[in-house]
Amino acid sequence: MITLDKRPQPSRLWTIATPLLAVVLTMVCGGLLFAALGKNPVVTIRTIFLDPLFSEFAWYYRPQLLIKGAPLVLIAIGLSFGFRAGIWNIGAEGQYIVGAICGAAVGLAFYPVESALIFPLMVLAAALGGIAWGMIPGVLRVKFGTNEILVSLMLVYVAEQLLAAMALGRLRNPQGMGFPGSRNLAQYPSATSWINESAGMHWGIVAAFIAVIFAYIALSRHIFGFQVRLSGQSPRAARFAGVNPGLLVLVCMGISGGLAGLAGLFEVAGPAGQISIDFNAGYGFTAIIVAFLGRLHPVGILLAGGLMALTYIGGEIAQSNLGLPGAAIQLLQGMLLFFLLAVDLLTNYRVRLRKSEVA
Amino acid sequence: MDLSAINPILLLASLMVAATPIMLAAIGELVVERAGVLNLGVEGMMITGAVCGFVVAVNTGSPWLGFLGAAVGGALLSLIFGVLTQVLLSNQVATGLALTLFGLGLSALMGQGYIGVRAPGFTDLHIPLLADIPVIGPIVFQHDPMVYVGLGIVAAVWAFLTYSRAGLILRAVGENHEAAHALGYHVVRVRLLAIMFGGGCAGLGGAYLSLVRVPQWTEGMTAGAGWIALAIVVFASWRPWRLLLGAYLFGGVTVLQLNLQAAGVAVPVEYLSMSPYLATIAVLVIMRTGRAPGSLAQSFHASR
Repeated sequence: MITLDKRPQPSRLWTIATPLLAVVLTMVCGGLLFAALGKNPVVTIRTIFLDPLFSEFAWYYRPQLLIKGAPLVLIAIGLSFGFRAGIWNIGAEGQYIVGAICGAAVGLAFYPVESALIFPLMVLAAALGGIAWGMIPGVLRVKFGTNEILVSLMLVYVAEQLLAAMALGRLRNPQGMGFPGSRNLAQYPSATSWINESAGMHWGIVAAFIAVIFAYIALSRHIFGFQVRLSGQSPRAARFAGVNPGLLVLVCMGISGGLAGLAGLFEVAGPAGQISIDFNAGYGFTAIIVAFLGRLHPVGILLAGGLMALTYIGGEIAQSNLGLPGAAIQLLQGMLLFFLLAVDLLTNYRVRLRKSEVA
Repeated sequence: MDLSAINPILLLASLMVAATPIMLAAIGELVVERAGVLNLGVEGMMITGAVCGFVVAVNTGSPWLGFLGAAVGGALLSLIFGVLTQVLLSNQVATGLALTLFGLGLSALMGQGYIGVRAPGFTDLHIPLLADIPVIGPIVFQHDPMVYVGLGIVAAVWAFLTYSRAGLILRAVGENHEAAHALGYHVVRVRLLAIMFGGGCAGLGGAYLSLVRVPQWTEGMTAGAGWIALAIVVFASWRPWRLLLGAYLFGGVTVLQLNLQAAGVAVPVEYLSMSPYLATIAVLVIMRTGRAPGSLAQSFHASR
């Protein structure tokens, strides 16, 4: 008979070991999946997890890792505050889109003026746009007690429609021969987020590292981090400790919305280049996996973002070299999250074998 | 713009069809939540059901077998959620989200060879006598059989929860799992069964989209229907008949905006397409909902 004993405190060892165990289990099960799809499992796993770093073309893939990882880390850092406090912002994808639209609109309004002030203004607009979109579910929860999960998710679909309306309407390139999509911001020197395109450096990567450092300090050294952690573990105790739960909801939604909006702008003004119907690539949803994989800890999120970027790049390589379907990578990412949640048991419970006793 | 082109009888008739997939998914989730489990993976189970139903229906040529396959597919997927949350005690919110992400990937992989294929469909029923009643006949009594199966499931769930002993046990487990455990009921077993019922219903709802409503397979075709179903359960205060009202309200908004698009209203299509989602938010805000089941979204671990 297998029984579970609750640990008085989460195990330190397993807190670090479980994400690694989950990755290993995902590789094993992913291998089985690839074998079922008629691919060589060992080669496929190697292509996805190792080739981007160590193959002969790694000089090309390594900067790509930063480009893919930065928005994931930026969004996941924002989400981690809310998730720790039991505030579930699932709509980061929508905040990402709206941030990108607001930022790009400011940049496009100035075209073709060149000024060093344009990019900072775009960043500000993107942050405000993301915050505003994130505040909608926050305010509704505080004022009317609506469920922020459902509202933030509904707003993703609204944002996608808004994006289509903008790409086909207001923000469409007047010289674009009628094709949908805005002017290319990456080719507008005052508005681009690229610092050095060939090295794969853009402001989003810088912002991601800054966000990690700030989040680390806030969570471990600042009263705000204490309030967030306390609210997640015991809302009642948090109330006695003087935490204003409504304010905490608004702040957490604001942080995650703002960071998601920034990520959207850096993406649209750099790697994506233009506002188009489908410039968003689901980073807002993958960031949820990143946040959990990183155990809602800033350093963990940084590592997890790197790993998830690896599966994106490796997935693309496997798609072009081995003909692996793109959906298989999405499945692999979902699987990773499942295993992570499953092995989490080991952190909080002790698994024991014992002979069944008479009660 | 020509609003007179909108025929109110056809509008109401297509409302019933538009509401059915969400109604099916929502009634399943209602049972799951009454058992005290919050499964946010409805969207993933719906889309998996959509692809399973489509694949089975195309290969066997029978829509009925398609719906059966969809229910089995949805239930099997929900079993992953059940094992993770009930046996391995994982967080229900995170696991539900994982189920949605996983389901979207799985369905895209399974449906690869089926894009652009046509599935065998139902012929609409023409219930004798009733269907010939003017106005009401075309609205209520001339639909495909799944519309009535859906209504039947809602009625059955209502009767099960209200009048049967098993329904009472399920509600007890959802209201207070400690007390139900102390009375000797198997909390985990009841919840696993409820979760699988929810998965099966979500699968049926998804298959209704891919086999009847659209009827084709495209990636991501549920487009948030699963999330709307979750919202409708909250709107319904966890009561089956109010759920029916919610589903029809939502179906009405969807059909109306489609009709306005077709009538060429001077609003861009994108803004009209937002309306079902905005309506859902508005409904969540306006409705004062009743009390949620007491043990909703809490893990249960019997400490010896």
